Amino acid sequence: MTETTLGLLSIFVLSVFVGFEVISKVSPILHTPLMSGANAIHGVILVGSMIVLGTGHGAATTILGFLAVILATMNVVGGFVVTDRMLEMFKGRGGASRRAVEPPAGGDRP
Amino acid sequence: MTRMETLELIYLLCAVCFIVALKGLSSPKWARQGNLIGAAGMLVAIATTFAWPGLHKIWLIVIGIVIGTAVAVPAARMVKMTAIPQMVAAFNGVGGGAAALVSLADFNLSHRSAGIGTSAAVLFSVLIGGVSFTGSAVTFAKLQELMTGRPVVLPRQRLLNIVLAVAALVFVIWGLAAGSMVAAVLLCLAALVFGVLFVLPVGGADVPVVISLLNAFTGLAVAASGAVLRMPLLIIAGTLVGASGTLLTQLMATAMGRPLTNILFGAITAKPTTAVAEGATDRSVRTGTVDDVAILLAYARRVVVVPGYGLAVAQAQHTVHELAQLLEQRGVEVSYGIHPVAGRMPGHMNVLLAEANVPYEQLNEMDEVNGRMGQTDVVLVVGANDVVNPAARDQPGSPIYGMPIIDADHAQQIVFMKRSMRPGFAGIDNALLYDPKTTMLFGDAKDTLSKLVTAVKTA
Repeated sequence: MTETTLGLLSIFVLSVFVGFEVISKVSPILHTPLMSGANAIHGVILVGSMIVLGTGHGAATTILGFLAVILATMNVVGGFVVTDRMLEMFKGRGGASRRAVEPPAGGDRP
Repeated sequence: MTRMETLELIYLLCAVCFIVALKGLSSPKWARQGNLIGAAGMLVAIATTFAWPGLHKIWLIVIGIVIGTAVAVPAARMVKMTAIPQMVAAFNGVGGGAAALVSLADFNLSHRSAGIGTSAAVLFSVLIGGVSFTGSAVTFAKLQELMTGRPVVLPRQRLLNIVLAVAALVFVIWGLAAGSMVAAVLLCLAALVFGVLFVLPVGGADVPVVISLLNAFTGLAVAASGAVLRMPLLIIAGTLVGASGTLLTQLMATAMGRPLTNILFGAITAKPTTAVAEGATDRSVRTGTVDDVAILLAYARRVVVVPGYGLAVAQAQHTVHELAQLLEQRGVEVSYGIHPVAGRMPGHMNVLLAEANVPYEQLNEMDEVNGRMGQTDVVLVVGANDVVNPAARDQPGSPIYGMPIIDADHAQQIVFMKRSMRPGFAGIDNALLYDPKTTMLFGDAKDTLSKLVTAVKTA
């Protein structure tokens, strides 16, 4: 990419402020989904893994890149699925009474 | 517009999706949509990357993605809500590992020509990502009870830490000065060892703080990888996560009333203390019957339930919700008072109660509940202990002194549901158990709660 180092640094600094601003407004009820959702977001390293694997050459880079793609995919997919499962359960008064008659989700059994 | 510019524009859109995803979490109402927007952004980012100029080995990439998905989806779908903390730790660890690998792989291609800035970013990402990888693995093992949850301090661990830190410093300088791939690999190995040494001395109850910290680490490692690859998308996403992890770590340390350094390194520096419960045990407690408590609850105006991890262990979330619904039908105002560290990570108890269909309007934070504690008739403490221990407020010598607590002792009546008189995590006595306003109900939480439900029906 064409970004200059200074440009990247600006992006980093601004992101720090956006991050603190957005996160400090997160409802404490949702701190666990926040951790898990943030977790999924850093799975974006998958994009980097793909590029390193796909544009690199040589055995070492290929092996490292391939491992990175597997690990990053686990991070991204697992993170979003688990977060969605959690958030799906948060229902207001209306939703709760409707769902109360249903049995608990099948996946939660051991 | 060149193809590269188009890609960058799409990536920018994806970064916005991530911010929206986090913003959605400010209310349970929008949280799920937010997360789906984030997931959509991620999907677009991944799909777009296939159009990256000069991208080869597409089949290998696809195989990697398929393998990763095949492992992660069943794990994420099957995990029990009580086991969420270790699942988050596991997914966090693999992310950190991926970030370290990406930087290493890129360095392998460019190390001779890399500038000092790039080398620094590579080494940072390798160091932090490596620590996050093995640190999360140990965290997972502790929470999954594959190993002891007690702090483990190796012999001469302080010396070992210092040696490792010096070695890491040497590798960093070597890597910066010579752009050496060997230095980067050695640094990675040192980081992997350090991750283990870092988490071993942390006790099981404090591990959630570590998860949160390692989450921040992985975020920063990803941001550093983004700097290596010169990709704003990775920098933005990684930094957002770094910020969230840092804030949550701070918040948890405050909620536990202990400085972060004490949580992380307490076991290494601590002199062995004999944790004898202070106060005489000959004081008498008042044990109530289920029927007494049922009457107490049924004719109260306002009841606050204080759930602890014991509730989740007993799988009693559904039963406590049933009791709450029953009381509400009788016109009792019921709410839940959730301590920030109830459960195994910040907000974990809310997830467990939401799973039992408790509407989120009833889930109150500590401060909200405390403000109205004077007008509360009965506080029902289920499977919790330390979070209502007044010693945190008025005994400066107590290990938990300074930890914010739920002021259950300010209510008219307190009912404790406990298995035994055994103290909580902190291993200290709770004077509230002997308070004349307190009634004890011994036994399994789920069992006692279902008896209470039956008794309230006839009350």
